[in-house]
Amino acid sequence: MVSLKKIAAIFAVSMLSTTAMAADKLKVGFVYVGPVGDHGWSYQHDQGRQAVEAAHGDLVETFFVEKVAEGPDAERVIERMARKGAGVIFTTSFGYMDSTLKVAKKFPKIKFEHATGYKQSDNVASYSARFYEGRYIIGQIAAKESKSGVAGYIGSFPIPEVVRGINAFMLGAQSVNPDFKLKVVWVNSWFDPGKEADAAKVLIGQGVDVITQHTDSTAPLQIAEQNGAKGFGQASDMASFAPKAQMTAIVDDWAPYYVARVKAVLDGTWKSGNTWDGIKPGMVSMTDYVNMADDTKVMAKATEAAISSGAKHVFSGPIYNQAGELMVKEGATLDDGALAGMDWYVKGVEQ
Amino acid sequence: MIGIEAVILTIITASTPLLLAAIGELVVERSGVLNLGVEGMMVMGAVCGFIATYYSGSLILGVVAAILAGVLMSLLFGLLTQTFVTNQMATGLALTILCLGLSGLVGEPFTGLPGAKLPALYIPYLTDIPYIGKIIFGQDALVYLSLILVFFVQYVLFRTRVGLIIRAVGDSHVSAHALGYNVVRVRYLCIMFGGACAGLAGGYLSLAYTPQWIENMTSGRGWIALALVVFATWMPRRILFGAYLFGTVWIMGLYVQGIGLGIPSQLLSALPYIVTIIALVIISRNKQLTKLNTPACLGQQFVPDR
Repeated sequence: MVSLKKIAAIFAVSMLSTTAMAADKLKVGFVYVGPVGDHGWSYQHDQGRQAVEAAHGDLVETFFVEKVAEGPDAERVIERMARKGAGVIFTTSFGYMDSTLKVAKKFPKIKFEHATGYKQSDNVASYSARFYEGRYIIGQIAAKESKSGVAGYIGSFPIPEVVRGINAFMLGAQSVNPDFKLKVVWVNSWFDPGKEADAAKVLIGQGVDVITQHTDSTAPLQIAEQNGAKGFGQASDMASFAPKAQMTAIVDDWAPYYVARVKAVLDGTWKSGNTWDGIKPGMVSMTDYVNMADDTKVMAKATEAAISSGAKHVFSGPIYNQAGELMVKEGATLDDGALAGMDWYVKGVEQ
Repeated sequence: MIGIEAVILTIITASTPLLLAAIGELVVERSGVLNLGVEGMMVMGAVCGFIATYYSGSLILGVVAAILAGVLMSLLFGLLTQTFVTNQMATGLALTILCLGLSGLVGEPFTGLPGAKLPALYIPYLTDIPYIGKIIFGQDALVYLSLILVFFVQYVLFRTRVGLIIRAVGDSHVSAHALGYNVVRVRYLCIMFGGACAGLAGGYLSLAYTPQWIENMTSGRGWIALALVVFATWMPRRILFGAYLFGTVWIMGLYVQGIGLGIPSQLLSALPYIVTIIALVIISRNKQLTKLNTPACLGQQFVPDR
């Protein structure tokens, strides 16, 4: 559905870019799937855009279009940005992948950066973050802090990225308490605060005392707060919604990547590629560890340091699947290809 | 069974916004007007209710603001469809699209701010009764109001002269006009009632269900309410049944996943729709009764001097 805001935004883009035609700045475009004010996914990308402006000052000029539906709409918006003279365009949702490639073919001189996809070309690079590293840490925290020994996980859709998160959480939890239990509830939506809240209430009613979610709203965390349970922020720091319940948040920090990539375009050193960064380069970061026991904090910090230094790989064997089959041998780790297409659950996940 | 009380409490909060929006739309449709803007009026109610409470700190003002927002948007719909005689379906759809965008715009600075929650009723001793106390005597005011509204609408529509006029206007606006009733005025008032209920339903979302404002937070509940009206064959008590049935199956879908029975979640997500449609089709198998209850002039335009 076309919203007024989007029409206004498209207008704004065309006006912005026409007025800037004269200036000799590198124009950097951003396409967002959600509203900038979602306090989650798109919000974090916009923080990255602002960082680009702050870092490169007069050399660049950024503009964005928010709430762009995946599909033909996206192609139009991206093409428009390209026609208006953007030098580099960041398309920040998985579903923009084919649209980005299509437009990129027509504009070989313009650089494109696509988030969370798997297809590249000479002028299309892709990038994503290893959110699962954070999920391992919060799994450990959950197991340590839970009194009931059961956590609840509210999932959006059973796609590899979400499955990977659930597995990482469970592996973290099991490293602390091998008998830890995890209840997974799918809401089949990225964004439905009411349904996410319902799922959280039902889970708490079933004896869960730690909630985590792979959806885009703050609702589950708020329900945890109201019911004296604990939880985690997702994509963005959500402490203001649940000051007593949020133990930490996994934050996507795109700023360093965006600043570096724009710099590469400015320097003329930009090359296509596939970046998948985690805690170490700072693409994934954790907010302060609060509302938990001191020894849990120490453990969480140690794990974060170990993952950051490369001493700890989240998916290192032995790992068994639900049927008890050995999926990763002792001493081995899962490679990126296996991680990207993950479609099985580790032992102990009730799903 | 573990957590059964929590489940019932969740069912009640999940069903209430559907019930509120649907009962308002029922009155609108009984007067012969099809307003597809329920989702839009709801989302405006949600954002205005939140903003009013945020600034004033008063939940009552928030509820009033939500109702007024719904009424205001419904007046826009009334003006276009009744005074300027535009196509009702197109206008309703346009209203929803407009409201979704507009609510995002006015709500932008309020996204992500923590809000206040409607307090639950507490009657000493009664609310403390194990198991049923909290369910019967521990809800917030809007839950009770939604139930009262159903019986109020049922009474007014079928036991009072006002109801007779509304139904007459909906069934045959030409006859009602010939009898001297002001069709357009009756429809305006019904549209405003529908707007008030939809606004209230939206306010319930941002003040009680999940006390916060997020863009598009209604997530299609207005459309479910619209469908409920049709499947309930325009009868208030069936709306009550349909809304609670939908809420029950919806929440049980989440509950069943939590206890891990291995039923595909996609099926469970679709189940509320399937079960509600089947149940309401079964109860409305009496074709005569259904025909009697369907407003004959639904969606038709009326110009008095034609």
